[in-house]
Parts: sequence; structure tokens; C-alpha cells
Amino acid sequence: MDILIFLIQQTLLFMIPLLIVALGGMFSERSGVVNIALEGLMLMGAFTSILFLNLTRSFMSGNMQLIIAILIAAVTGLVYSLFHALAAINLKADQTISGTALNMFAPAFAIFTARIINSITIGKNIQQIEFTNTYRITEVPILSKIPIIGDMLFKNTYITTYIGILILIISSIVLYKTKFGLRLRACGENPHAANTAGIKVELIQYAGVMISGALAGIGGLVFVVPTSTNYNADVSGYGFLAIAVLIFGQWKPKYILLASFFFGFMKALSNSYTSIPFLFNLNIQSYIYKMIPYIATVLVLIFTSKKSAAPRASGIPFDKMQR
Amino acid sequence: MNKKKDLTPFISSIAAILCGLVFGFIILCISNPSEAIAGFGTILTGSITHGMKGIGEVLYYATPLILCGLSVGFAFKTGLFNIGGSGQFLMGAFGGVLIGLTCKQLGPVQWIVGLLFATLLGALWGAIPGILKAYFNVNEVISCIMLNYISLFFVNMTIKGNKLLFNNLRNESADIPKSATIPKLGLDKIFADISIKGGKEVISSSSVNSGIVIAIIVAILLYIILEKTTFGYELKACGLNKVASRYAGINENRSIVLSMVIAGAIAGLAGGIMLLSGTGRHIEIKDVIPAEGFNGISVALLGVSNPIGIIFSGLFIAYLYAGGFYLQLFHFSKEIIDIIIAIIIYFSAFALIIKMLLSKFSKKPPERELIEVQKALHDAEVRDKNNKEEGA
Repeated sequence: MDILIFLIQQTLLFMIPLLIVALGGMFSERSGVVNIALEGLMLMGAFTSILFLNLTRSFMSGNMQLIIAILIAAVTGLVYSLFHALAAINLKADQTISGTALNMFAPAFAIFTARIINSITIGKNIQQIEFTNTYRITEVPILSKIPIIGDMLFKNTYITTYIGILILIISSIVLYKTKFGLRLRACGENPHAANTAGIKVELIQYAGVMISGALAGIGGLVFVVPTSTNYNADVSGYGFLAIAVLIFGQWKPKYILLASFFFGFMKALSNSYTSIPFLFNLNIQSYIYKMIPYIATVLVLIFTSKKSAAPRASGIPFDKMQR
Repeated sequence: MNKKKDLTPFISSIAAILCGLVFGFIILCISNPSEAIAGFGTILTGSITHGMKGIGEVLYYATPLILCGLSVGFAFKTGLFNIGGSGQFLMGAFGGVLIGLTCKQLGPVQWIVGLLFATLLGALWGAIPGILKAYFNVNEVISCIMLNYISLFFVNMTIKGNKLLFNNLRNESADIPKSATIPKLGLDKIFADISIKGGKEVISSSSVNSGIVIAIIVAILLYIILEKTTFGYELKACGLNKVASRYAGINENRSIVLSMVIAGAIAGLAGGIMLLSGTGRHIEIKDVIPAEGFNGISVALLGVSNPIGIIFSGLFIAYLYAGGFYLQLFHFSKEIIDIIIAIIIYFSAFALIIKMLLSKFSKKPPERELIEVQKALHDAEVRDKNNKEEGA
């Protein structure tokens, strides 16, 4: 039982950033704009927010600081995503190109700026930004007393886990139960019809991209905080994995949840198999475990991709003049 | 036949480059105004002012950039996004290492076999997403991303688990013996710094080798395939309109698979060349995907997926990187080069806008056009009248 609890705790650490970022990608793609820049948006969000954690660590700590950092990450991601929105929506540019540019700019900018700031604050020209992790919640009062579930979800956790779940719930409601969600989906499927019905397609697409930016920014911070004590302009390709989770999750919140859980669980398994006697005794190389999440994803895709639910107009610049 | 060359892609690439450079200069000015001009000068001219060796280094850097750019660009032509160039590159690198370290008995053809094997592994790694896309409708972007990681762990595992291949002390692949490296064709001697120290000529040669020649040959071959053969036409048709090409009797699935196989093969070849070039490049056993495949995306985009354009965009980006290497003499980190390239790529996305601006400038003013139309209409009326009168 202890093993299972441990595995679930680990899974949550891996899956929550994927979940948040993939949901972000969902808003963009369902509005009709492909957002391959998720990696860059994560990097930027993580960069500014961790810089904030770094600069304020002498007089701030704990979850209040983390929540402010999350807001900063969201705003950063949102602002940065405007570049993608401008290119994709106003200028009808190739969305892959501007996404690639954003992905390339973010780590270079983070390292370049971090070196300058570090040489001012600590006198060393290094690219890592350090922070002190004071955000772990050992036990949530009352809730952690629930048998099994309390151990899994409310012990040794981070506030980010609950924020991730909250984002999932809000996203599903927004997408399926609000006027905005309906309009967003309409724009992704048939922007011309939506336009004819009086929807301002560009506005909705801007909103979609900005939401994806904000969520990806948060995802970047959420990824770095529990797994490290410094930020090295790197989120281990999680932005690209989030795209995979998004496609794997068929662009729908509930499947995205499943896909990110699947991926997070596999990742947790590969990370902590040494502490599971049964798996450890099999004496399989660690690399095999590391490969498993990716191979499993490919295999699952082979069986599920025959009918793809990709938004029909995703990636095609909306042009009123057409048709 | 109306075969006027469309210069718009070229012009928009140049405009993008200028924008990128301007923004790069602004960033330099903000971060360190006192050294900005000198630093910017180094970026622009660093590679040439450091003699022939500098040019040789540019050619060396350009080799994988051009090849990976070709890999991505070729797939783009078929409407596929090969984001798996890194994995294919790594498999190729692994193939090169494998042959380079274990097949001494091959003698003088060892490097050829090594490159062929690298190409083969790359092709295989490209074939997988191709087949998955064609027959199982698996999005190639996601399968490519997955295969990048799978190749990373596979290669690390195999190299680490094999004493012949692994250098335990430095946690990387073992040194490739000199006999297995690809020939330099004397290029390293041409592109070298010659200085006289103590009455003796000292040659400090650059890392350039025949890889750059191979890269250019591959680019020309791809250009011929795409522009002069039925096969290339079919690939492009698939990329432009799948449904229409299916109606035209083109085997769409075959095109997808072959396009990915070729794209993978080129990226694999790039990996083989880099590892067998004898310049101290190794496969490091880290959980980090090699950057070459992603850089290839930038090169392909800047070269508008045209094989010949990619040669130039690869050379240009390599030129900037080489300049960035000398930039460290000043108090700038070399990441500024990535920033500049990213901005260039961003602006190259605006090709459509530039096209519109260009057509605005090049077209005749609308009033004159209107007059011409009215004139033509008038002429037609007169002709009609004449015809009627003749009939009557």
C-alpha cells in the first residue's frame, strides 16, 4: 500500500504540469490556432516567476510567495503568447514558424538575462537561478486523515496540485457550459460559419491563445518547483510532451486528464522503480523504464488514432476574404 | 510558358534577417551599451576577420545545420512536420559510432560504411512515424517527439552497456580511431591559419571536412528530385492537396512513408558525419535530446524549404554561430545568437505580409488599371456594333 501511495504522489508531481499545459494547448487549438510554442511559453513563465522567487527569498517564503509567483508566471505566459497571437491571427502567418521562433527565443533569452542578473546580484556569471523550496505541504489538516485518499492526495504535496485540478474543472466548465466555450469550439471547427453567426473570430482566437499562454506559463513554474532547486532554462521538453498529451487526449479535458495521468504514472514508475521490490528484482535496466512511457504512448496512439478529433480549422489562418 | 522566378521568398527572408539583426543590436545596447557596437561587429564579421580558419569553422558548423534543415524542409514539402530530426540525428550518430568503433577490418571504406549505416538507421527512424501516419493516422508530430526520447534512451543504454563503445571516465562514447574518420579532402589545410613562430610555419587547421561537400551534394540531389522528377512532383502534390492528389492517382500513403524515410535518412547522415568527422565530437550520456534536429527546423524555415535556399540559410546561421563564438571576448553570452535567430525566424513567418506589400508596390496604380479596363470594354462594344452592322 505504501508503494502505491508513493507512486500516486510521484505521479501527481509529473502529471500536473502536463495537465495544465495540455489544457492550455487545448484552448488555443480548439479556437483554431496551433500552439507549438508551449515549450517556450513554459520556459518564459518559469523564468520570470522563479526569478521572482529568487529575488524575494530573503524576505518571503511559503505558499503566499508561491501563489504570487504563479500569477507572475501566468501573466508572463500570457504576454509572451501575444507574439504568437499577433503572428497567427492578425498577420495570418504560418503558425509552426512563429511557434518555433517562440520556442527558440525563450531559453536563449532566459539564459542571457539570467547571466546579466546573476552577475549583478551575486557577482557570478551563471545561468542557473536558485530558489529555496519552502512550499512543500507535509499534511493538509483534516483532509489528510481520510484513509488512503488522504495519504495519496493530501500528504507530501504542493499547492500546485490543487491548482492543477481546479484548472481542469474550470476548463471543462468554460469549454462546455459557457457561451465563450461554445464560440471557441465553433471557431476551431468552422470559423467562417462562426463569423457569419456574428462571432468575432479574431477576438475569440486571441482569447484562446492568451489562455494557453497563461496556463503554459503556470505549467512551467509548476514543473520546476517540486523537481529542482534551481532553474536552468529547461523544462525537459515538457511543452512538447504536453502537445503529445493534448493529441493523445483527443483535445477533450477528460481525456487529457487520462492521458496526463497515464503519462505521469509511467514516468513515476520509471523514476522510482528501484524502491518497488517487485520491479527492482526483475533487474531490468533503468533506461527501459525510461523508455516505457514513450513507447506506450506510441502503441496507444496506433490503436486510437484511426478517428482523430482534431479541430477542423486548427492551424489554418482565418481569412474573412476567403469563400 | 510563363516561368518568371518568384523572388518574394528571397526578399522576405532578407527582410526577416535585417529585422532580426536590428533587434539583436537593440538587445545588445540595452544589456551593455558600452560594448554593444564592438560586440555587434563581432557577430557580423567575427567569422571572416579571424582568417581562413574562421571560414572553415563556419563550413563545419554549417554541415549538420544544412543536412538537418534539408531533412525538415523535405518533409515540409510533403506537408509533414518532421520534428523528429533530433532522434534521427542521434540514431545516425549511433550508427556512425558503432561502425567506427567495431569494424576496423573494413579499412579504407570504414567511414563510407559508417555513413551508410548512419543513413540507414536514420531512415528507419524516419520510416516509423511515416508508416504510423500513413496507415494508422498517428499524428507525425507526436510520434516524432516520442521517438526522439525513445532513441535517446536506447542509444544511451546501448553505449553505456557496451565496453567497446563507452568511455567510462568521461561518460560519453569512446574516441573514434583516426582511420575511421571521414576524409578532410585537404579542406582543413585550405581553411587554416598559418602563422610563423620561431621561424617555423605553424598551421592551425579548422574542423571542416568533406561533410560539407556531402551536404551540398545532398541538397542538389533533393532539388533535382523535387523539381525534375515525377516522384518529387507526387510528393509535392501530396503536400499541397491530399485529396486532389489521391484523385490524380497518386499513392498518398507511399508518398508519406517515402518522404519520411528520406527525411530521416538525411538527418541520420548528419549524425554519422558529425560523429565520424574526428573533431572530438562524442555522444554524451545525458538525458538531453541533441539540438541539431530542432535547429534544422529554423534552417528549413529560413530557407523556405527550398534545398538550395537551405544551403544558404544553413551557411548564414552557421556564420552567426561562429561569430557568436568570438563574441565571448566581450561581456556577452553567446545566447544572443539564438535570440537573433529566433527573431529572424519570427519575422520570416510574416512572408505573407511582405508579399502583400510587394505586390502593392509592383502593381500598376489602380486608376490606370481601371482606365485600361474601360478602354477594353469600349473596344469590345465597338467591335460588337461593327459585327452587328456587318451582319445586317
